[in-house]
Amino acid sequence: MPGKLKAKIVAGRHLPVMDRASDLTDAFVEVKFGNTTFKTDVYPKSLNPQWNSEWFKFEVDDEDLQDEPLQITVLDHDTYSANDAIGKVYIDIDPLLSSEAATVISGWFPIYDTIHGIRGEINVLVKVDLFNDLNRFRQSSCGVKFFCTTSIPRCYRAALVHGFVEELVVNEDPEYQWIDRIRTPRASNEARQRLISLMSGELQRKIGLKVLEMGGNAVVGYLQCFDLEGESGLVVRAIGTACTLDKLIPGSASNTNTHPNTAPASNACNSPSKEIKESPLAHGCRSSHNSPVHSACSSQRLSHSQNFSVSVPTLVFTGMGSGISVGKEAGPLKTLLRQQAQSALEQREFPFFTLTCFPPGFLVHIGGVVSARSVKLLDRIHNPDEPETRDAWWEEIRQEIKSHAKALGCHAVVGYSESTTICEEVCILSASGTAAMLNPRFMREGCLDAGGSDQRLSRQPPLGMVGSERAEGEVSSSWLGFDDASPPSCGFCHIPYDEFNMPFPAQLTYCYHCRRQKVPDVLFTTIDLPAEAAVTGKGCLIQARLCRTKKKAQGEVNATAISNLLPFMEYELHTQLMNKLKLRCMNALFGLRIQISVGENMLLGLASATGVYLSALPAPGGIQIAGKTPSDLSYDQHISTMQKRINDTIAMNKELYNIHPPECIEEVVGSPIPDRQRSRLFRSTSESSDELSELDLSHGKKDAFVLEIDDTDAVEDIQSLLTDAPMPAGFYSCNTEVMPGIYNWTSGLQMFTSVRVYRLNNANLTNQGLNKIFTDLCENLLKSLYFKLRSMIPCCLCHLNFTVAVPEEELIQVAVTAVAMSFDKETQLAADKALNKGSGENEEQLQFSMELCGESTSSNNQPTAKPSGLPESAMTHSSSRDRCSTWLELLRLKAHTIRRGSVKTTSSSERCSPLPEVRSRSLRSTRSLPCGAPVTVVKMTPLSFLPRTRIVKYLGIINMFFIRETTSLREEGGVSGFLHSFIAEVFAMVRAHVAALGGNAVVSYSMKECVFMENPNKNQAQCLINVSGDAVIFVRESDQEAIPPLITCGQTSTTGADGTT
Amino acid sequence: MQIRYAVFTPILCRTQRFNCAINNTRLQMLFTQTVPGAIYLLATVSPRLDRYITLVKAYKMSMELDVFVGNTTIMDMEVYQLWLDGLTVSDAVKVRMDEGALLECEANPEVLTSDTMDQFRTFQMCERLLHSPTKLGSQLLYQIPAQNQIILIERYYEFDSVFAREVLGKKLSKGTKKDLDDISCKTGITLKSCRRQFDNFKRVFKVVEELKGPLVENIQRHFLLSDTLARDYAAIVFFANSRFETGKRKLQYLSFQDFAFCAGQLISYWTIGAMDSMMEDMDVDLEKEFLNELKDLKVLVNDKDMMDQHKILVCAALRGKIKVYKLMEVNFKNLSRALVNLASKLTHTKDVRDLFIDLVEKFIEPCRYDRWTVAEITLFLTHYTNAAHCLGTFRHQMIWDRYMGVIKSSQCSPLLHLSLIKVNYLSPTPSISSVSPPVNILNELNTFLICKL
Repeated sequence: MPGKLKAKIVAGRHLPVMDRASDLTDAFVEVKFGNTTFKTDVYPKSLNPQWNSEWFKFEVDDEDLQDEPLQITVLDHDTYSANDAIGKVYIDIDPLLSSEAATVISGWFPIYDTIHGIRGEINVLVKVDLFNDLNRFRQSSCGVKFFCTTSIPRCYRAALVHGFVEELVVNEDPEYQWIDRIRTPRASNEARQRLISLMSGELQRKIGLKVLEMGGNAVVGYLQCFDLEGESGLVVRAIGTACTLDKLIPGSASNTNTHPNTAPASNACNSPSKEIKESPLAHGCRSSHNSPVHSACSSQRLSHSQNFSVSVPTLVFTGMGSGISVGKEAGPLKTLLRQQAQSALEQREFPFFTLTCFPPGFLVHIGGVVSARSVKLLDRIHNPDEPETRDAWWEEIRQEIKSHAKALGCHAVVGYSESTTICEEVCILSASGTAAMLNPRFMREGCLDAGGSDQRLSRQPPLGMVGSERAEGEVSSSWLGFDDASPPSCGFCHIPYDEFNMPFPAQLTYCYHCRRQKVPDVLFTTIDLPAEAAVTGKGCLIQARLCRTKKKAQGEVNATAISNLLPFMEYELHTQLMNKLKLRCMNALFGLRIQISVGENMLLGLASATGVYLSALPAPGGIQIAGKTPSDLSYDQHISTMQKRINDTIAMNKELYNIHPPECIEEVVGSPIPDRQRSRLFRSTSESSDELSELDLSHGKKDAFVLEIDDTDAVEDIQSLLTDAPMPAGFYSCNTEVMPGIYNWTSGLQMFTSVRVYRLNNANLTNQGLNKIFTDLCENLLKSLYFKLRSMIPCCLCHLNFTVAVPEEELIQVAVTAVAMSFDKETQLAADKALNKGSGENEEQLQFSMELCGESTSSNNQPTAKPSGLPESAMTHSSSRDRCSTWLELLRLKAHTIRRGSVKTTSSSERCSPLPEVRSRSLRSTRSLPCGAPVTVVKMTPLSFLPRTRIVKYLGIINMFFIRETTSLREEGGVSGFLHSFIAEVFAMVRAHVAALGGNAVVSYSMKECVFMENPNKNQAQCLINVSGDAVIFVRESDQEAIPPLITCGQTSTTGADGTT
Repeated sequence: MQIRYAVFTPILCRTQRFNCAINNTRLQMLFTQTVPGAIYLLATVSPRLDRYITLVKAYKMSMELDVFVGNTTIMDMEVYQLWLDGLTVSDAVKVRMDEGALLECEANPEVLTSDTMDQFRTFQMCERLLHSPTKLGSQLLYQIPAQNQIILIERYYEFDSVFAREVLGKKLSKGTKKDLDDISCKTGITLKSCRRQFDNFKRVFKVVEELKGPLVENIQRHFLLSDTLARDYAAIVFFANSRFETGKRKLQYLSFQDFAFCAGQLISYWTIGAMDSMMEDMDVDLEKEFLNELKDLKVLVNDKDMMDQHKILVCAALRGKIKVYKLMEVNFKNLSRALVNLASKLTHTKDVRDLFIDLVEKFIEPCRYDRWTVAEITLFLTHYTNAAHCLGTFRHQMIWDRYMGVIKSSQCSPLLHLSLIKVNYLSPTPSISSVSPPVNILNELNTFLICKL
């Protein structure tokens, strides 16, 4: 499908003065695509030139169209000397290649120079004419849509979810080529920017081909990353979920029974392309098979130390017998389900999904978090003949994840993501996800129409549509053949594994919601909170922070040292998360993201997640501190004061997050649950092992958490537990898409990026000292954010994701990108009141859940709970049963962590009154109103939606990479000034591109990379930033339009007010 | 502020890291860092050797970089005012603390410092755009809501009238800029703020100096200012261009607003644009031709008949209506001569510059000596102007009206107001109602006053 690319240069404005004598500029423009270059005339002596050029036409292959960016260079004409470059604009024309996205790119683009930043703007028009070509052996994948959004995009429905796609390409980093010694920094930066642009184009094209091969037409949850491996090269890799999406046609009924193959953009997938693998690669980018590797023998030798996997919270070690345990004694239903799903997933190499939000009914059960890490040595030698590749590295990790999931009795991994951290030649590859059982319906062709009506996969905003969702859920579960359909709001909590052959010790109870299935006591996941989940109270951000010193070393020794440290770090991070979760009286984590960063002499670990109280899970117990040597009186006193503080904190947090677990249920008599079920409950309880019943009983009263202070470390840990400052009134925070418990967003939102770099001035610090510093640093950053955004109160910081890095010895860099969204206090209070009564989301649901809860305690509360023994089992209830129990042993011996001892019971029955909202500040929204200003307001958000708006069109993916360098750091206001203006410039360029595509917002925005390097002695600094997101057009939802999105999506009419207002 | 540990280690400072401290070499500054308890005292060992600083450190960590960038640029207007006032970060933090910023959002001094530094940096980066406000609307770098843009511009161009009064009529040159530290000392406005205000005056002056059309509109178009502010700038530009003498001790009692009113009058009566709004000429300069023609008014004092006739007409109109009638009758010729001579001298640039001082010396002071009230002067000037129209032989009605328009309204304006009130605050003010000047003039005067004030 060759095409004709047409570009027109209209005008420029605010150009810099290039001729000091006249204070003016003689500007002209070079337009380059591939190897073809056109030039405009020189527009003499003006800072606002009007070129109004003819249409420059490039006749190119669609392969090139996908790979290459359009490169526009603005120059100053100089009669006697070489023309000076003013700056460049790279335009990715990919959005024009899809028939559904943008049709024209037209607008003002900032002219960017890697040394001077933005220097004026240029108005450009770009169009593409594609010719139809039925070449069967094509290399391009035009028409495949890409979405960064990790859910089914709003105005589409997923006809079919095909599964995991991945690809990586490798090249030499221009910065490390010999030529870099003689060329200017500008030329070097531009070469790098261009190369990365080419590589990501190529990567996208290749992924597109894979999608077409699978029969899909879109990639959702597209995650592209760069690994700057220094001398060993540059890796660009991407993962995503291939889907067949049908556009929801405005006006038509939502349940269009279009067969995926007849869907508009899917005709592209009819062309089989078997030859892809052998295809010659365009543009000199080496394929993944040429990636550098290290010698076979060393990899052999290191494979034990480097390539282990750590599986912490609710995850397992690759169990040998996991395959056997799965399904051995599982109930018939589960077996059936598993069989169905397995048949659907069997063919797939990796049943992974990068999605984090799912349509109702998609997710059947969640097992827990699975993760794997692997330490690798990057090789300096670029040997193309070596068989081991980056591909193989990732392959290993993915296999490991897959087997972890299997051990949890799950056949799929959702919320899957991959990351790397590189320090010198050591590279840690990490992958994590959530093991889950999926509804096979979505993965098989043919059965779509069966459930077509409830298959509207566009994710729904969590405002008042519970009723419909419930209905859908029930349809799906009955379809799955459950004799007693579990209520949809708790189904995902139920364990997927077999309760008698649990992959790890855990306390199981009957679901507090349906009372039929077993649930674990805590649930850790990497996905977003499912829309149907019943939550008590509000959620909050929970962070575990850890710093570990490491000796400086080189090569293998270094890799081994890091390998040895990793499991301890993961374990401690997990312990911290657990403690903090308990402290907040919550029982589930969503959106868990554990990041481990390597520096020369330290390792940083940061785990962030959103804690919630799932109504279906048992209430968490408090935290009990036990001293080891209770002889000393003052020591006892110390312990008791600490205990008091902890209890106070828990009580305070309950108030703060509005968590009032239904404890009053004990009074409820006369349960509405039919006898059949009750008897069934009893039966299964009696059938279960002693241990299980004991644990079960302990839930009536709860508390299974004892912290034993036996050394200074533990004291530190407990103190750090309490140092987390509470959020100021009016603020909430989470790192997921939406905050559980807040529903009435206003349209006021503010996306921001904050970066901080700290220098540790003194090298000989202890682990505790480092930990303290790191914790303070994160807490301070949060405090600053709250203060900055105080004008938005009441508001919630959503998608609050931290990225830590150790750019240099003794430097810690923390970057955070998030969005503050304000919500309406009045309606929120009303909603809270409703929620306080129970855990439901609307009145019907409310009643329902209360009845169930009532049942739960009445059946559960028969005997008095006694402090149940078995300290060992309690201790490991959330950590992992291990194949390599050796290192757990080691952990215990080292006593670096908090010990969890015997189970104790404390009754925490005081009912808390609803949180009095102290502040009543008037809501000042930061809504921007352009009054006559020619610049379109472009909103940006890391979330997949904008509150109170409707996304009507996806215009294509935004994926940009910028380098900025300065040799006059001081003059630009120091490092802060430099980075501040660079980030502002990046925002500006993203906005300009979106506006040029005709969009007014970026959703799922993220800053993938922010590499900052400075050399203050030379007055220099350099920064690389990679951002991505989806350009969209949204229209404002008028306030009275509170119809469920089922209808609103279908009625996507163009009559809505222009979104720019 | 507490310093928890005091370990003095003279270290070679990498200057950019402590950029804010070192930019100002005079600074002996207390500098807080954002780590709790970590307080740094930076003091330059010698003002010149600013590379060597003494560092008192408490914790083993320092913040290298601290940046917050919002998609919509967050601007705290209270902090903006502190920045405009030319405060340093540490001073601004102190002010904010005094104003109770710490009570908000459980902030601590570190958070406040970080926020203030960040805001200051934002404003500094936006400053370039504020220099040409029309760019602010079309630039892409910062997404600033339109209403905030308006506030940003308006506040940036607002000035202290005390400062404006000091530079009023002075040449907006480098020489004047050098004297700013004196003005800063005198007025108590920080030097930084003085510089900004001065640069604003100069920038506006340079842009509109050569432009055609009405001055106020030009300023509004190019700087997007509000009407009142644009008028004030018009006055500053007008004074700077004609370089009117305002610094004399005798003129000290006049405020900037007094002069600004006069400038408005001068622009509307004595420039080319005043007579013919269609004419595409400048508002900035006084009309040369008109100033030359003012010589012709001399006939009013040189022609003895005309002068007598004039006096009779005025006296007839004022008899019994003003308390100082007797004195007026005696002094009429002197007063008339003073006003007319003033007019005839205006051909010389030097005399134009001295317009205000001459007016005060030749006309106002004698009146003040005779204890005229403002109302009396107004009444006198009204009749004095009108009476000239009745002189059969007087042919320069147009010029006369233009000339007296300024003088008349200037008199009833604050120009003399203050001084006269000061002198005559005990003397009873005659009620206006007892006077009956021609109705149309009174009306004109009223509407005029309403418009101008």
